[in-house]
Amino acid sequence: MKVTRPELSWWERTYFPAILKGMKLTFSHIFRKRVTLQYPEERWTLPPGYRGQPVLLTGLDGHEKCTSCKLCQFICPPEAIRIVAGETELAKEKFPAEFDIDMGLCIFCGYCQEVCPVEAIWLKDAYELADYDRTNLIFDKEKLLALGRKPPYLPGREKPLEEGR
Amino acid sequence: MNAYWPIVVPALVKIVVILGIVLTGVAYTTLAERKVSAWMQDRRGPNRVGPFGLLQPVADGMKFFFKEDITPREAYRPLYLLAPFLTLFPALITFAVIPFGTQISVGGQTYPLIIAPGMDVGVIFLLAVSSIGVYGILLAGWSSGNKYSLMGGLRSASQVISYELGIALAVMSVVLWTGSFDFRRIVEDQAGWGHFWFVGPQFLAFIVFTVAVFAETNRLPFDLPEGESELVAGYHTEYSGLRFAMFFMGEYANMITASAFVVLLFLGGWNLPFVNYAWFGPLWGGLLSAVVFFAKVAVLLFVFIWVRWTLPRFRYDQLMSLGWKRLFPLALLNLVLISTLLVLRGHP
Repeated sequence: MKVTRPELSWWERTYFPAILKGMKLTFSHIFRKRVTLQYPEERWTLPPGYRGQPVLLTGLDGHEKCTSCKLCQFICPPEAIRIVAGETELAKEKFPAEFDIDMGLCIFCGYCQEVCPVEAIWLKDAYELADYDRTNLIFDKEKLLALGRKPPYLPGREKPLEEGR
Repeated sequence: MNAYWPIVVPALVKIVVILGIVLTGVAYTTLAERKVSAWMQDRRGPNRVGPFGLLQPVADGMKFFFKEDITPREAYRPLYLLAPFLTLFPALITFAVIPFGTQISVGGQTYPLIIAPGMDVGVIFLLAVSSIGVYGILLAGWSSGNKYSLMGGLRSASQVISYELGIALAVMSVVLWTGSFDFRRIVEDQAGWGHFWFVGPQFLAFIVFTVAVFAETNRLPFDLPEGESELVAGYHTEYSGLRFAMFFMGEYANMITASAFVVLLFLGGWNLPFVNYAWFGPLWGGLLSAVVFFAKVAVLLFVFIWVRWTLPRFRYDQLMSLGWKRLFPLALLNLVLISTLLVLRGHP
């Protein structure tokens, strides 16, 4: 490809016009609005459908919706879900005696939510999940149910995550 | 012994005050650099340590202090350990000959605001001492036993020969104009009715000197010895902890020296147009002149930072050709012009 280079005048070849133009630009940016988000104090408004912490949901009868069909366990790409099935007197007859999600493995793909026939597992929008100890990252059934009972944060709310977690 | 006290005590006081101002200045120039660069990129900059991040330099200093001081196995130890001092100390020594105000009269005694008042070759002293700092960079680059450091040192060496000529010739034309190597005489020549700051009559020298001074202080667009995108960190790649801090402080102290140099030679020193410090009395006039001087230095420091965050780095050969083919002939031309003017005017 043939590139035509502009013929520079003597003044332009001293670099000064370009330098001054650049300095004018950088100076004007000093007075612009800052784009930094002051993270712990300010937070993003999360988009609807944000995939964060997976939680177990409770039905209207007060029991977990999960019927321990293990579809989520089978679909989970990093195999982060472990379910031990148990029998129950309830109409659903089968329930998870144990239900662990290893949050150290979870990749927040949302397949478990997609595949669940009874809408028992759901990815809410909590995202501050770091811990100093990996054993703390294995969330058991009680913890997941408790997280599921807390209301999700609705987009546009002030100080969302205080309530969301 | 008693006869020495009137000389020694004021000198010591001035040394302590100036070192305090310069080292605080260095610390807060680093903060200013981070703040201004952030603003120019629409960021906020450090704002967590203290109000508006004002204690950030303290936190940085603490971090440097507690970091491990590493000497690489391949390094030549004596020079490796010496090099940071060679960069920092000349940068601080230069303040001995920089006058930072008129004078203060207290209790019938007059104290000129300069650490070494009798020095009438201050310009030469400053040029000579500030050049020593480059040896620190050279030796650091060579003694680190690291190819990137060596490249940085080499670049510094070749950079020196291309800008020092420009600096010296630009300074010479100012010296010819005033007929003195004394900073006070040079500043006094820029004061009063019918006299101008030398940016006006010596504009070419001002341009050459300012551009060359950016190279002398290793600032962008001429920070080839560091060149972090090409040479990791250049000459101070292997340094850590307090020794790295010394290079860092040396760079910023050099910036302050260079700014003071430009202010004294071209921007009227502590003079302001239409202001006579005698109006404010012997004490306040002197203090005010010092404040004005440091304010001008601060403005120039801002320009240093401003340029750094605007311009990209020059290529190696571009710096050479700028130094030899542009700055050197320009400075020479200016020298000839000034000399001709002085001869026509019948200057002694």
